[in-house]
Amino acid sequence: MAALKTVRAPKDVVGARHRRGVGRWVVLVLAGVFALAMLSPFVLMLLNAFKSPQDYSQNGPLSLPTEFYTKGLINFWNRTEFPLKLWNSIVISSVVAVLGSLLSLVTAYAIGIGRVKGRTALVAVFLVANMLPQEAIIYPLFTMANAVGLSNSPWSVIIIFTVIQSAFGIYLLSSVLSTFPTELLEAASLDGAGRFRILVSVVFPSMRPTLGVLMVFFFIWTWNEFFIPLVMLTTNATQTVPIALSSLQGDRLMDAPTTNAGALVSLLPALIFFLIFQRTLTRGVTAGAVK
Amino acid sequence: MAATTRHRRATWVAYLPYLLPGLIAFGVVIGYPLATNVYYSLFRWKGGLAKMNWYGLGNYTDLLADDAFWVSFRNSLAMVVAMVVVPTLIGLVLAAVLFDYLGRRFGTRVAAVLRATYYLPQILPVAVAGVVWNWILNAQTGAINVILSSLGVVNPPDWLGNPALAMPSVMLVLIWVQIGYPVVIFMAALQRVDPELYEAAELDGADWINRFRAITLPQIKPETFVVTLTCTVAALKVFAPVYVLTRGGPEGSTLVPSYYSFLNFFDKSKVGYGAAVSTVLTVVIIVVAVVILSFQARSERRDREGR
Repeated sequence: MAALKTVRAPKDVVGARHRRGVGRWVVLVLAGVFALAMLSPFVLMLLNAFKSPQDYSQNGPLSLPTEFYTKGLINFWNRTEFPLKLWNSIVISSVVAVLGSLLSLVTAYAIGIGRVKGRTALVAVFLVANMLPQEAIIYPLFTMANAVGLSNSPWSVIIIFTVIQSAFGIYLLSSVLSTFPTELLEAASLDGAGRFRILVSVVFPSMRPTLGVLMVFFFIWTWNEFFIPLVMLTTNATQTVPIALSSLQGDRLMDAPTTNAGALVSLLPALIFFLIFQRTLTRGVTAGAVK
Repeated sequence: MAATTRHRRATWVAYLPYLLPGLIAFGVVIGYPLATNVYYSLFRWKGGLAKMNWYGLGNYTDLLADDAFWVSFRNSLAMVVAMVVVPTLIGLVLAAVLFDYLGRRFGTRVAAVLRATYYLPQILPVAVAGVVWNWILNAQTGAINVILSSLGVVNPPDWLGNPALAMPSVMLVLIWVQIGYPVVIFMAALQRVDPELYEAAELDGADWINRFRAITLPQIKPETFVVTLTCTVAALKVFAPVYVLTRGGPEGSTLVPSYYSFLNFFDKSKVGYGAAVSTVLTVVIIVVAVVILSFQARSERRDREGR
C-alpha cells in the first residue's frame, strides 16, 4: 500500500493505475490462499475418505486415491448403525425446530404485542438462560428425566432444546413484534377477531419468513449439539450422529478412511441443509446481529 | 382519557395466558435445575441413591485450593484468545478487504464465494470438526505428521500429546472453526454503510488503511460488541472440541471449566464438587457478559454525546 503513495504524482498516473492493477491481484491471491487454507481440512477429508490404508501409508494424505475404496464408509456405516443415528438426529432436530419456533412466537406475542408488564426483565431472563453453561443444569435434568421415565429418551432432549433454543427466538421475535404495525392489529380487532384469532391469522402469516429463519437456525444448532445428547442419550439406539462419530474415537479399528468417510457422511446433512437455505441463513445471521 | 388507560392495563393482563407456556417451560427446564444445581453444590454427594452429606460452602473453599480448577480457568483465557481476540481481528480485516476492496474491484460474486468459504467450518458439527482435526494432528497416522515424515523430518511433534503443544493445537482448531462468524456479521454490517462515503474518501485521497480506520471501524462498532459478547460466552462454555480433541489432557494442559465439571459429575462421581465448578462458571459468565454490555452502553452514550 505504501508504494501507492509514492507514485501519486500526476505524471505517473499511468504507472499508478498499472501498480494498482497489480496490487489488487496480490490481495486477491492472498485472500484466495487463505480460503484454501480454510478449505484444506475438507480437502484432506475428501482425499482420504475413499483411499485404502495401504495406499495411505504408501502415498500419504495428499495423493489422489488409486482406487475407489469404500470399505471405510461401509465399516463406519455398519459399526455406528448410521441410518438409525441419522433418523434420531433428524427427528430430534425437526421437532425442536417446529416446537421451538412455536414457543418463541407465542411467548414473543405476549411480550412484543401484548406488552406485558416487566417485559424488559423477562427478555433479560431469557437471554441469561441462553448464556448459561449447560453443565449448570445437566445433573438435575438428568435426575428429573429419570424420575419421570424419560431417561435415555429422545423426548428429554427434545424438551430441553425446545426451551434452550427458544430463548434466542423469544429475544429476536419480541424485538421484531414490538414494531408490528398497530393498524393491522386494530383493523383485525374491529373485525371482531380475538387475541388468538389475531395471533393465528394476522401475526403468524406475516412472521412466516422470520419463523423460517428461526427453524433453520434451531435445526442446525440442535443437529450440532453435543453435550446434552452425550449425557442424556446413553444407548446406541437413541444416540445422534455427532455422538456416534465421536464414540468411535480411540478405537483401534478407526483407520484413516473410516474416520474420514464417517466425518464426511456426518457433515453431509448439515451441509445440504446449509446449501438449500443459504440465502435465508445469511439474512438471519444479519437479523440476529443488528438486533 | 381514563377509559383508555384502564383499557390498556386490562389489555396486557389479557395477554398473560400466552406467556404461561414459556414461563412454565423455562421454570422446569432452566430455573428449577439451576437452583437445584446450586443446592447440590452445598453437599458431598456421589450421585444417584447415595447419601447426601451437608458440606456448606466446603466445595467452594476446596475449589480455591484446587490447582486443576485454577488451571481450567487460566485455560479459559487461552480459549478467549482463540475464539474471540484472533477471529475478531482477522475477521475485521477480512470483512473490510472483501467488502471494500475485492468486492468493488472484482465484483460481489468473488467476495460472496470467499465469504462462503470462510464460513464453511461454522456449519459443520463441532464434534465432526474435532474428529477430523484429531486425525490430522495424530502423532503417528495423522496427515500433518505423515507429510512431515515424507519430507524427512525424523521426529515429528506429537501435536495433541505433548503438554506444551496441545493447547496451541486446540487453539488453532478453534480459530479455524470460529473465523467465519465475524466475517459474515461484519460484512453484513458494512452493507449498511453508504457507499458514497467510501467513494468520497477515496476521491479525497484517503488510502485503504485510512478508510478502514475512519469509516469501517466506527460503522461496525455495534456488531463488534455483539461478536465479542457471543464469542466470549461461547469461549467460556467451550466443551465439545476439548472433549473430542484432548479430553482435557495431556496433564491437564487443555482442561477447561466445563470439562472439569463434567469430569466431576460423571467420571469421578463428585456431584457436589462438579455442581460447585459449574456454579462458579455460571457466575463468571454472567459477570463477563454484564461487563461487556455495560462497556457497550457506555460507548453508545459517548457516541451520542460526541455527535
